Amino acid sequence: MGMIFDGIKQAFLLLIHGDPQVLKIAWLSLLVSGSATVCSLCVGIPLGAVLGLSRFPGRRFVASLINTGMGLPPVVVGLVVSIFLWRNGPLGILHIMYTPAAMVIAQFIIAMPIVAGFTMAATQQLDPKLRLQILSLGASRVQLVWILLKEARLPLLAAIMAGFGAIISEVGASMMVGGNIMGQTRVLTTAIVGENSKGEFAYAIALSIILMALVFLVNFILTMVQQRAKAR
Amino acid sequence: MGKIDTIFKEEEKMGTRNRSKILIALLTLVLLVGLISIVASCNNEATTPATTLPVTTTPATTVPKPANPEIIMASTTSTRDSGLMDVLIHIFEQQTGYKMKPIYVGSGAAMSMGQKGNADVLLVHSPAAEVKFMDDGYGINRKLVMHNDYIIVGSPADPAGIKGMTSAVDALKKVSDAQINFYSRGDNSGTDALEKSLWKKLGISVADNSTTNPKWYIEGGTGTGMLDLLRIASEKNGYTITDRSTYLANKKILSLDVLVQGDPVLLNIYHVIQVNPANFSNVNADGAKAFSDFMLSTATQAIIKTYGVDKYGQALFFPDAGKTEAELGSQ
Repeated sequence: MGMIFDGIKQAFLLLIHGDPQVLKIAWLSLLVSGSATVCSLCVGIPLGAVLGLSRFPGRRFVASLINTGMGLPPVVVGLVVSIFLWRNGPLGILHIMYTPAAMVIAQFIIAMPIVAGFTMAATQQLDPKLRLQILSLGASRVQLVWILLKEARLPLLAAIMAGFGAIISEVGASMMVGGNIMGQTRVLTTAIVGENSKGEFAYAIALSIILMALVFLVNFILTMVQQRAKAR
Repeated sequence: MGKIDTIFKEEEKMGTRNRSKILIALLTLVLLVGLISIVASCNNEATTPATTLPVTTTPATTVPKPANPEIIMASTTSTRDSGLMDVLIHIFEQQTGYKMKPIYVGSGAAMSMGQKGNADVLLVHSPAAEVKFMDDGYGINRKLVMHNDYIIVGSPADPAGIKGMTSAVDALKKVSDAQINFYSRGDNSGTDALEKSLWKKLGISVADNSTTNPKWYIEGGTGTGMLDLLRIASEKNGYTITDRSTYLANKKILSLDVLVQGDPVLLNIYHVIQVNPANFSNVNADGAKAFSDFMLSTATQAIIKTYGVDKYGQALFFPDAGKTEAELGSQ
């Protein structure tokens, strides 16, 4: 128990003194997971909308793939991405193994199916009559999808939070493709594992507190945006 | 009409209240992010408990950047956990301008990386496997860097009665006869290889993930580091073999005593091996040689000699550049 209090104390001290190593680690966590979330939104939302709103042969099969992707184990993603990005793997000449870019790629692969799956469910539960109404008012295809997405704001924001939450907290893929290299690819989750294995438990707890505070802050903002939609 | 008006006005007020909440939260996030980026861009000395990097005496002239600055070094968790590699890599990068990417896995995994050309240089401590690695042509210039030793630890009660024995193999025989739980890394690391070789000398064959291992022989598996295994052994009052530095660094949270030490077979010997560039064209051969030379240089060996004295009262490693393994065995 004393260790947890030690950890809390250390967390405050580290933040107040602006310990550069901790801040660098926290910043990299935000940067990597933030970029990966944005990329997954750019691909996941259109993909989910297409799957939810259109009809084509094999749609249900693709939908089941996306839903399976929501449960994709991060360590498996890390392993497969590693095999591709290793020096002598097919994409080895890119030299992005053990860099933040590799981590963004792996986290994108983890988050994209989550965002797509949620978006698909969100667009599917819209009233089909709404679509007819919008079309009858003269909307183009693009305008139609845009308005429908705005209608589904609640579950869409849930999608963003789910995607971000999944990757800010994952450690398997980040460890494998990043390597937890101090000053280069060390993020909060991999740092926690590393410090734990060195026996620095108070420091690990301090990092955990900082991680959870960051995640809470981001989700607080997104929740406020989401719940404001409901107040209409 | 009036009631609906009030409901709408209330909803609008809620909207404004929520809007200001969002603004405050956004402002906090922006401030936090701003603080992080400002402080992170400052070059202060790190004050985390993990490592305090020494002030390096770098030459006044700027260091020339090498043609291929990226070196991937595969090493083991024991070199990482002691904190020694953080210190040495920092100095190496400052002196030579290379950018190191140190990846800490087990010796077996590190050699796998070398076999596939996914690393440039290895720092490992699994001599039998290393010899095979060299014989198969995967490495060049295998050089002895340093050593420390392993110890057999167990609960203070010592049910098998091995405390003070000088022969590791005899002590393990007593453990197996008494059938007291013995904990193994089971992950093809250097520690694991050494431990399994001792059982082999007894004629007891144990293997990673084997279903025919004796019931009292329990494996941690890949991902269970040395400290994790020590904690398991400590909780379950079992025996295990550990390197001295991990034990020393964490003695206070473990209830394990040093029972057997000093046997020459318990020597833990580290070699630096350059991955053979003849096998893979994209191996950073110059970088690997530069790192190998650095590890064997007089200055580095002097650092290794005193590392750990101020924190633990004794050095964690003994520098050995230029010696042969045979010379070590006689110490």
